[in-house]
Amino acid sequence: MSRRPPGPVVAVAVLAVALFALPLAGLLWRAPWRSAWRELSSHDALTALRLSLQTSVLATAVAVLLGTPLAWVQARVAYPGRSVVRAVTMLPMVLPPVVGGVALLLALGRRGLVGRYLDGAGVHLPFHLSGAVAAEAFVAMPFFVLTLEAALRSVDPRLEEAARTLGAGPWAVFTRVTLPLVRPSLVAGALLCWARALGEFGATITFAGNLPGHTQTLPLFVYVKLEGSSPDAAVILSLVLLAVSLVVLVGLRERWLRAL
Amino acid sequence: MTAACGSAASGASGPVTVFAAASLTDVFGALPKSDVRPTFDFAGSQALVTQIQQGAPADVFASADQKSMQKLVDAGLVEAPKVFARNALEIAVAPGNPKHVSGLADLARRDIVVVLADSSVPAGNYAHQALATAGVTVHPKSLELDVKSTLAKVTSGEADAAIVYATDVKAAGAKASGVEIPTAQNVIATYPIAVVKATRHHAAAQAFVDAVRSSSGQRALADRGFLSAA
Repeated sequence: MSRRPPGPVVAVAVLAVALFALPLAGLLWRAPWRSAWRELSSHDALTALRLSLQTSVLATAVAVLLGTPLAWVQARVAYPGRSVVRAVTMLPMVLPPVVGGVALLLALGRRGLVGRYLDGAGVHLPFHLSGAVAAEAFVAMPFFVLTLEAALRSVDPRLEEAARTLGAGPWAVFTRVTLPLVRPSLVAGALLCWARALGEFGATITFAGNLPGHTQTLPLFVYVKLEGSSPDAAVILSLVLLAVSLVVLVGLRERWLRAL
Repeated sequence: MTAACGSAASGASGPVTVFAAASLTDVFGALPKSDVRPTFDFAGSQALVTQIQQGAPADVFASADQKSMQKLVDAGLVEAPKVFARNALEIAVAPGNPKHVSGLADLARRDIVVVLADSSVPAGNYAHQALATAGVTVHPKSLELDVKSTLAKVTSGEADAAIVYATDVKAAGAKASGVEIPTAQNVIATYPIAVVKATRHHAAAQAFVDAVRSSSGQRALADRGFLSAA
């Protein structure tokens, strides 16, 4: 028998939903539907869109390549300082992205801690597509690592043990047993990471700068257009970003994130 | 009645929210103290225009160009603007000018990383005009969204040169050197100020505008390298 939910709780919950939904309604209300296609197919918008796809996919690739071993170590190896490492690798999730951008600049900029040596070697991240990728990976990787680490922890160690007993080497155990078991989470983590990278603004503009075709990703384009020549383009492209995020989240919820 | 008139002066005190061009950051922060207590929002003028159009609670708007101000005039959102200062462009370079930049033409050099303000920003618009006048084509590495972040790319060492206002170079002190742009190529920025019509602190807003245009306000502007309005 289901109890009637208490009225005040429901009322506050509705208020909470309104807090999320109202801004979306604002965008839909203000959207210039008539000129939507023209704004979307403008050369500048397409350039920003293509750049955003490039950088976010590359950032996700970086996150998967670097983040998979990290998640494995964090899940399987007990070592002193593991919680400190976890805190450091989660930091970008709570850090204001602009602060992340400043930190990246101080580390990898031309006069930065490591950047001064990179500069000598001819590697320049700021003002370059690779800088936008670095900024996005910095901000988005924790979403991948956390998702995968949680999945690795929930794998029954007896299954891996059994594989080892049957003569499988560590690599075979990982690729034949562990990886298939965590694949849904790996995909979910990569998608979350990609969606976050696609929306990255603060770290990118601070670290990589803002140049159409090179570092001006979609969120930067939206911001520049909003205060500049065509606020209509800004609204339409905001809706595009919103739709992508919504599709990713709804899709994840349906297929992979039931446990969350 | 006389009491009401007499209180006009005290009505001119209180909080005022001033939306001002980024290039005014240093000078407005250092205006002579008065009964008006201004709170500042410094950003690219074009960003402030958008915010005021969307109903941001500004009492006063000070722009780095006529174009941004005119948008608000046309929309009927501000009272009649008054020009209160002007500013010349200058090339900001690393202290001591290690790359030996001597003028706008050098900004086309391949070995120099140039950053400009975006053309939607007044400083970027002026810079584009100056470069066009000089017949120089540059390939900037970034188009920043206000003049202070443009300058910051030079003071942080990421860029070798940027076109900013003479006052920005001066405000940067030892962190940047300036290369003057000859008058024939230079573009002089014009700064209008106006009370926002929707203000709920009209007397105080007007008092702030008057203070900027007063002789002490003008002295503060001149001290920091601004050119006089006329």
